[in-house]
Parts: sequence; C-alpha cells; structure tokens
Amino acid sequence: MSIIHSVSRRDFIRWAVAAPVSLNFIDDFLPKLAAALQEAVKEYPIIWLQASACSGCSVSVINTIHPSIKNVILEQVIPGHQLKLLYHGTLMAATGTLSLDTARDAANKYKGKYVLVVEGAIPTKEKGIYGTLGEKDGEPISMLEWIDFLGRNAMATLTVGTCAAYGGFPSAEPNPSGSKGVTDVYQMLNIATPVINIPGCPCHPDWFIGTVAKILLYGMPKPKELDEFGRLKLFFGRSVHNRCINRDYLDEGIFASRFGQEGCLLELGCKGPFTNADCPIRLWNGSTNWCINAGAPCIGCTEKGFPDAHSPIYQRR
Amino acid sequence: MIDTIRTTIAIDPLTRIEGHLKIEATIENKKVIDAKSEGTLYRGFEQILVGRNPLDAIQITQRFCGVCPTPHAIASAQALENAFGIMPPTNGRVIRNIMQGGNYIQSHLLHFYHLASLDYFRGPDVPPFIPRYESDYRVPQTVHEALTNHYIQAYQIRLKAHELCAIWAGKMPHVASIVPGGVSINPRLDSITTSLWRLKELTDFIDNVYIPDVITVAEVYRDYFSIGTGNKKLLSFGLFDLDAEPDVVKRKRFIPMGRMSNGKIETVDPRKITEDVKSSWYDSPSHLQPGNGDTKPNPKKSGAYSWLKAPRYNGEVYEVGPLARMAMAYESKSNPKAAQLVEDTLKKLKLGPEALYSVMGRHLCRALECKLVADEISGMIMQVKLDEPVCTDHEIPDSAQGMGLWCAARGALGHWIEIKNGKIARYQAVVPTTWNASPKDDKGQPGPIEQAMIGTIVEDTENPFALARIVRSFDPCIACAVHLIEPGKSVKKFRMV
Repeated sequence: MSIIHSVSRRDFIRWAVAAPVSLNFIDDFLPKLAAALQEAVKEYPIIWLQASACSGCSVSVINTIHPSIKNVILEQVIPGHQLKLLYHGTLMAATGTLSLDTARDAANKYKGKYVLVVEGAIPTKEKGIYGTLGEKDGEPISMLEWIDFLGRNAMATLTVGTCAAYGGFPSAEPNPSGSKGVTDVYQMLNIATPVINIPGCPCHPDWFIGTVAKILLYGMPKPKELDEFGRLKLFFGRSVHNRCINRDYLDEGIFASRFGQEGCLLELGCKGPFTNADCPIRLWNGSTNWCINAGAPCIGCTEKGFPDAHSPIYQRR
Repeated sequence: MIDTIRTTIAIDPLTRIEGHLKIEATIENKKVIDAKSEGTLYRGFEQILVGRNPLDAIQITQRFCGVCPTPHAIASAQALENAFGIMPPTNGRVIRNIMQGGNYIQSHLLHFYHLASLDYFRGPDVPPFIPRYESDYRVPQTVHEALTNHYIQAYQIRLKAHELCAIWAGKMPHVASIVPGGVSINPRLDSITTSLWRLKELTDFIDNVYIPDVITVAEVYRDYFSIGTGNKKLLSFGLFDLDAEPDVVKRKRFIPMGRMSNGKIETVDPRKITEDVKSSWYDSPSHLQPGNGDTKPNPKKSGAYSWLKAPRYNGEVYEVGPLARMAMAYESKSNPKAAQLVEDTLKKLKLGPEALYSVMGRHLCRALECKLVADEISGMIMQVKLDEPVCTDHEIPDSAQGMGLWCAARGALGHWIEIKNGKIARYQAVVPTTWNASPKDDKGQPGPIEQAMIGTIVEDTENPFALARIVRSFDPCIACAVHLIEPGKSVKKFRMV
C-alpha cells in the first residue's frame, strides 16, 4: 500500500511554520526573548475537516488528559511544538462563509505545509451531493470537492476514526451515499498526499495525540512502522484477543452465553481475535474502563470492513 | 409609499453545532418573514439497518451522533425490549439511568461553553477562536476573562462526565454495555465509589461555575429573554425510568412524559405522532405514524426543500428539549425539585415564566436541568445492587414491532422497529432535531426553529448574529437527522455571522 512514500523527516520539520503570533506584547518589551521564543516554539498548521461523521471522534479527542485539550489547542502539544488549529467546524468561533474562507485561505497560505485531519467518510455518489459544506455561486460545494482541494494541497493527511480511514458506518451495506474512506478517495482522485490512518469508533485520544507526537519528534513513520492498513503498529500492532483480561476464562474453557455472565465473550460475538488495537492495556476515558471489562464483546471498531465484516455483532464469527 | 426591501440570506455552514446545518431567512424591512433550516448531510442509516440482526441496532443507531450516543442506545434497546416482550431488571434500569445522566451533563456543558458561549464573549485570541466577527460582545472585561477561563476549565470537567458514563458503559462516545434486556456490566464496588467522586467534581462545577455563568450572560443579554420565542407548544417523552412498567406511557419517570398546548399540560398518545412530507423530498404519503413510516426519496419533488420530514403531534408543531422538560415541570409541579429550581431562578432574575420561551430561557433551562440531573444520579448510584442481575434473557421473535420513547439531552427521541423473519424489516427514528428543525408541514406550519426565527429583527443582513444565537439555543444535532441538499438550489444573497 502506498500510504506513505514521499514525505521525509525534513518535510515534517518544514511543517513547522515560522510565523510570529500572539507574542506581540513580549515583542514590545523584550525583542531578543521574543526572537528566542519564536525560534524555540514551532507551529504546525492543521485543518480539521468533518465530512460524513457523527462528531464522536472530535468529542473523543477532546477527552485527552496528558496533554490536556488546553495544551493541544492553546499551548504546546509537546514542549516546543504548537499545533495551530486553523479550521474545525465544531470548535471554531467563525461561522458561515467566514469559516470556509478561513479553511480556503489557510490551505493557500500554507500550501504543501499543513496537515489535513479528516473525520468521517466521504460521500461520493452522484458527485458527492449527499454531503455538502457551503455554497459557491448558489451551488452547494460537496465534501468531495473540499477533500480534493484540501487533500491535494496538504503535506500529509491523518484520518481520525474508522469512517475517515476505511468508510465505517456510512459505507455499510447498501452504502446509500456511496461513502468511502480517504485512501480510496485519494486513489479515485489521483491524489498522492500520504495518509496515516488512526481508526477506532471513536478514535482514542491517545492514538491521535500519539501519532501527532511521533511525527513531530521523529518525522513521518517509516513503512515498517505501519501495518498493511496504514495504521501505526505502535497502537495497532497486536490483537485485542492476545492481551485480553479474559484469557484465563478462555484457557479454562469458561464462556459467557448470556449478557452479564462471567467468562470469555467469544460466544457472544467478541471480535477481539480479529481486531488489532491496544485497548486492553490502554483503556478508555481516563483509564476507567474498556468494552470487554464492561462485559461487552469487542465489536472490531478499529478494523477495515467495520461494521459489515463483523455483523451480526453479537454472533460468533 | 416606502419601497419594500426584501433579501434572502443564508448561513452555511452554521458552525459550533453537531453536524452540518444551513439556515436561510427571508428578511423584509429588517424583519424575518420566512425561515428555513436545512441539514446538508445524508447518511441513510435507516436503509443501512434493514435486513440486519435486530440486536445490531443498538450499536448502529448510536453512530447517529457522537455527542448523544447514549440516548440512542437506550431508545433502541427499549424498542427491542418492547418487541421481545421483556423488561430489564432493577440494576439494568438504574445503570442505564446513570449512564444517561453522565451523558446529559457532558452534553449540556459542551453545549453552553464550547458551542454557544462564543456567541456572547470573544474567547482567546488564537485559532480556532479567530477569525471572528467583532459585534455585539457586551460582557465587561472582567467577565470576559472569567468566561475564557471557564471555557477552558469546562473542557477538563466535561471529560469527568464522560468518565462517569464510561465506568458503566465501557467507553464513551459510543457505549458498549447497553444490550437488550439491560446492561452487560456487573457492578463493582469501585464503580460506585469512583462514580460518586466524579459526580462531586461535576456538581461543584455546575453549582459554582456553570449556573452562575449562564445567569451572568443572561443578565447582560436580557433582551434575549424576548427573542426566539418559538411556538410555545412543548413535548417530552420523559427521563429516567423509575419502575419496570412495560407500557412506556404508564411507566413512572423522574421527568414525566407529557406535552403542553395552550398553557395546559396534557398526556401523550404515541399513536398521534405522524410525519408530514409535503416540504420534504419524499414521494411517500404524509401523516404516516413512524412505526409504519415509508421513505421514498425524490430529490426533484416540487415545493420541497428538506430531507427532514416534519413530525407533528395531532397535526401540531411541538418544541422538544430542556425548555420543554423544565417549563412543563414548572407548570405542572410534576417534578417539585425542577419546579423549585425554575421558580427561584426566575425570581432572582426578576422575570416571569414567559421569559423561559426565548434564547436565554433555553440556556437557563439547560443549566438548571444539568443541576437537577446531577443531583438525582447521586441517589441512583447508591441504588445499584452488587451481585444482583443486570440483564433479562431475550429471544428474537420471527416477527414483532417495538417502540422506544426516551429523552435525549436535546429532546424527545423515538425509535420504532419492525422485525420480520428475525431480521430488521423497518427502522425509523424520530430524533429531537427532526422535531425542532422540521420544515413546513402539509398545512404550511413552519417548524419550531423556523417559527423562532420568524419575526426577529435583523439590523445588519451582513451579520445576522441574532439568527445564529436563536438556532444555537436549540442545540441542534444535524448528524441525527436524515438529509440531502437540493441540487442546483440558488440563493439570492449569501451572508454570514
């Protein structure tokens, strides 16, 4: 898979944009310190596009604890590195054309230097009319057109969540809107921008922050660091099943056949053996819990082909 | 003779809501004379559900919305239980209530601070808070600084509400543990204690920061107690099951099921819910009950402008959401705590109950409801019984129909399922935003958001901020609503807030 090919570590260092911002007051008093600070803190322009999405991945990513969402949006995601979130439909102050102008202007100003984050699948049926964002000359602009413009001009693309990575729920049979994941859309549009997938329904905040930190500190992942589905092996390298808390039940042959019963959840449809993710050791929501610890079978939400490949959800595959 | 100046403006996209929404308003001599609210995304979930195993509906319908997956899971589970003829045991019922409570708190905090508040104060001077339109920011500098700090603090606090939910759900968004017959999680002692402490942090923030902030903003923007009134007909399906009565209409709920029409509280008969499609791109007939709903799309249908159908109760327009629930609790005294909260707050603000029907009234009701819910679930956490059953067994019947009626944070939510040959033959969801953002019905009556916009004075058509404030006060969730934009549609003028 040609997920990554042409972006080097040097490109990613160039992602850091030397732009003077919000240091004006220091600038007046301590010009030398200001210069030093600007040298030290690198800024990285980000455009976050929500397409055919439920906003769940945004809601999940803002659950990040270390760094906090304040660190991520307003301060430094890791010391010395600041993300500059130029467009995000749910969080930004601007609305209407001002919001879309911001996305368009940012893509032009930082052409080849920004990272596009995509949340949600892309409707492609009938030229993408099933999902639109704004208008031009009285005609709706499809999300497909936005992806074409923003994706082509981006340095790299991060897909957040399974819908953006592989199509997810909107692309489930009979796929009424012709929705696809970003890699498939890029192939359709002949866009060469590299894509790193961060799937999950939703995407875990640590997976997103971790992928960003990996790129900022060490550059784009090398091919051997990704699996065949464009995911970082760091997070998606081992199966849920192999590190499951219910392995002892499996070894002893104790299987739950009803909800709420103790035992391995395979007979209730658990897709842990077919699912790669580090949920068993990472846990969710401030390490409070995860699906299998709540007696609920893994539904395979980080996998390409989810949900159809894992349906019926509560039947053994 | 004065020349009439008529313009049509559009706000597209209206940001800081869940999903993709476009607003259109026709303005004559500065006054909105017609309004349209239109979602711009179609995913076709109801089509995706047909032919699948009925149990899959709970997981699939949660993906309508990442802000409010919990109520979809519960309404879907209730529709299945109704079809299967089972009810959850006490633990299953109570644990679902706790999850729903955590989700309400999360949703209400997110709505006020991260979606709506930037309409009233500037926020930090960095992206994504700039660029912005500089207009009508009236709070004094000290308040501005406090709100900025609370905006950031609210991020850290709302994730505690997600944690409170995840302790019982497995994870959030998208809960794992809600299954037909109850829940899959067996309660543990530490689930109870850690929930109580998270709830304590949330309650502190709601009482000492959220409610005071809403009151501060409301006092500065007092004129918004008479803007965006709406049609004053209210509908609630009720919140938190208190017993295991199989008939949802008779079941005891913490906030009861009910409706208010012409100032009088009335009962709800689900058979009177129908959907009109005259203004919607469907060839299927009007006035069908959702349980018998039909969906034949026709994007070229003349006179239509929306893929949302127009749900009506007995042919009339109803608003759903925190305003509906709290104003009815106040009027009927059906929930004495809620009635007292509303009464005390109105007295403090020197306002009469009519002020609730407004932009600020909706924000106020949402904040007070957040407190009501937080206070209530601390008692529910203590009702969880260790070592008692969490789930009733089920069997999928060959054919059956089921209905689940519930209240999401944004309002009345209904799921209807029809099972044939053991598979889903029909699935319809009528979600809060379908009620609130509905288009005109067969009689020409505009939906609640449209009615709330009509009559509004817009001084500057280049910057119609009042309209954005009105629409956001409803907390619209467009991802939940089925929709497609009309190809080739043209708008005369195109201006944004």
